[in-house]
Amino acid sequence: MTGIEKLYRFFGSSMFTMVALAVLILFVVVGVFAPWIAPSDPNAQDLAGRLQPPLSEGHLLGTDSLGRDVLSRLIYGSRISLIVGFSAVLLSAVIGVIVGLVSGYVGGWVDSLLMRIVDAWLAFPFLLLAIAIVAVLGRGLDNIVIALVITGWVLYARLVRGETLSLREREFVLSARGLGANPVAIMTKHILPNCLAPIMVVATLEVGVVIVTEASLSFLGLGASASEPSWGGMLADGRAYLTRAWWLATLPGLAIFVIVLAVNVLGDALRDALDPRHEKVRTENVPA
Amino acid sequence: MLAFIVRRLWQTVLVLFGVSIIVFSLIHITPGDAVDVMFAGENVSAEQREVYRQQLGLDQPLVQQYFSYMFGVVQGDLGTSVRRGTSVSGIIASTVPATVELTLAALIVAIVIAIPVAVVSALRQGSVWDRGGSVLALFGISMPSFWLGIMLILIFSVGLQWFPASGRLAAGSGMTQITGFVVVDAVLQGNWAAARSGLLHIALPAITLGTAITATLSRVLRSGLLEVKGQDYVDALRARGLRFATVLRHMLRNALPATIIVMGVRIGSLLGGAIVVEVVFGWPGLGRLVVDAIQNRDFPLVQGAVLVLAFLFVLVNLVTDIVQAWLDPRIKLTGGGSR
Repeated sequence: MTGIEKLYRFFGSSMFTMVALAVLILFVVVGVFAPWIAPSDPNAQDLAGRLQPPLSEGHLLGTDSLGRDVLSRLIYGSRISLIVGFSAVLLSAVIGVIVGLVSGYVGGWVDSLLMRIVDAWLAFPFLLLAIAIVAVLGRGLDNIVIALVITGWVLYARLVRGETLSLREREFVLSARGLGANPVAIMTKHILPNCLAPIMVVATLEVGVVIVTEASLSFLGLGASASEPSWGGMLADGRAYLTRAWWLATLPGLAIFVIVLAVNVLGDALRDALDPRHEKVRTENVPA
Repeated sequence: MLAFIVRRLWQTVLVLFGVSIIVFSLIHITPGDAVDVMFAGENVSAEQREVYRQQLGLDQPLVQQYFSYMFGVVQGDLGTSVRRGTSVSGIIASTVPATVELTLAALIVAIVIAIPVAVVSALRQGSVWDRGGSVLALFGISMPSFWLGIMLILIFSVGLQWFPASGRLAAGSGMTQITGFVVVDAVLQGNWAAARSGLLHIALPAITLGTAITATLSRVLRSGLLEVKGQDYVDALRARGLRFATVLRHMLRNALPATIIVMGVRIGSLLGGAIVVEVVFGWPGLGRLVVDAIQNRDFPLVQGAVLVLAFLFVLVNLVTDIVQAWLDPRIKLTGGGSR
């Protein structure tokens, strides 16, 4: 059985999921190799050739209000979405997992304190918190990632705490403890591996959420920078030209939609493949 | 029930305390001096900046700052906007009805669409309708609301010109404010032209904001219905030859508690989503106020608006938990809602 066949079986033999995976890989490849793939410099202006519609000569997807090539900007824009998406999710997962493990395993007042903090965190619409944090920290790629990590870790903390609470009473953990293993080793070697599946499912779905949030921030004028092309920023610029150039707002949004759709399809498939109790994960995820 | 409510209220107080600390800290995590950041690159003298610092209490010790801020908050005083020079609570109060109106309208859109979709999907499980419903739900969840909003504007405002692209009401409708909800006020005053204008204005924003929640709601209600579908009491009702509508009513009632939990959570996220949708449609609500305040670097206004939004969010969660406990008595015994 080839690798692709195995993957196909793993994802419940769903063509839909394989397409989603292919789309995601395509986006990553495009982002990584942007300088070689993009037909022109994304910031090269051509005021004589402003607002050219798609399929014009030399500009497959047209040009924007400064005559910049839309396709090239879309290609470069994928970098910001992917960098922010993956780094913010990875960092939040690491922080959340540590907090969740400690909270669930140590228990007592540490658990109460940490969970009250989590509750206060969940009391904010996360987009609002992200906006507020970027507003005070200032714009920039690093600040956006910081804001997304500050808003994102709680999800993992809650999930891992719940899993840890039930795992710590299981025989293999009790026997490790009885044999005198140190708590850090128990948490990392015995408990963590057993909650990796739900963490991966949540993390995958979160990539989509984070990409949309980054785009929302850019759309609201709180993006990475004005000079670097980002999908959210392109969309915001395109709004001013809705009546004259429909493609400017349509295409970047379509890109966000397609990548988020692919991530969501993949996340659902992962859940079905890895976690037969997926209803449980879903309710634990819900910040009530 | 009372014990449950008391315990839940206490939790809410704790959460609000945490919220107030987070909001209060916002102004202090600014790199550098908050007043200098607010007026960066502007022609404001050093003396003037010092006055602002005193006004914001930034010259006092941190703990004292927090308590004097909270002392004001409890009395409804959220400080003074540095840009507009008027009270923050007054500015916020004038925008809250617009946001609440939009959120409720989005909820209505979601309920009206999701219930029939869920019923058809659940009763015809595995059919083309059911699979179509799943795909649509996936699309609805994946679609960024600002893009959906702009696409709706492009098609229905710019192209077909059926709906206005922004605002709450056509100018010169001759309305006086009673409740702050445009459509309700218009109906109360018998101003049908204004009511129609209000409805036309709210249609696209409500659909935009409601789409994601429609998708979630229809999926959750569908799985709830599937769970009760095979149960004995449903068969019993059917066997007694009751009308389909009656059986369905019983099924819906039992599928509802799980749905309401998710709804409560999603109403909260609607408040967050409203920020973006309000900006897209120029809707004069709390969300757009936050974004404007951030762009003007009006920190007291940002703080106040964030606090009020978070407060609304916590309140919605509280009400959801209580309604849920009321619908499902088992929760009261096991305690603590979904937490």
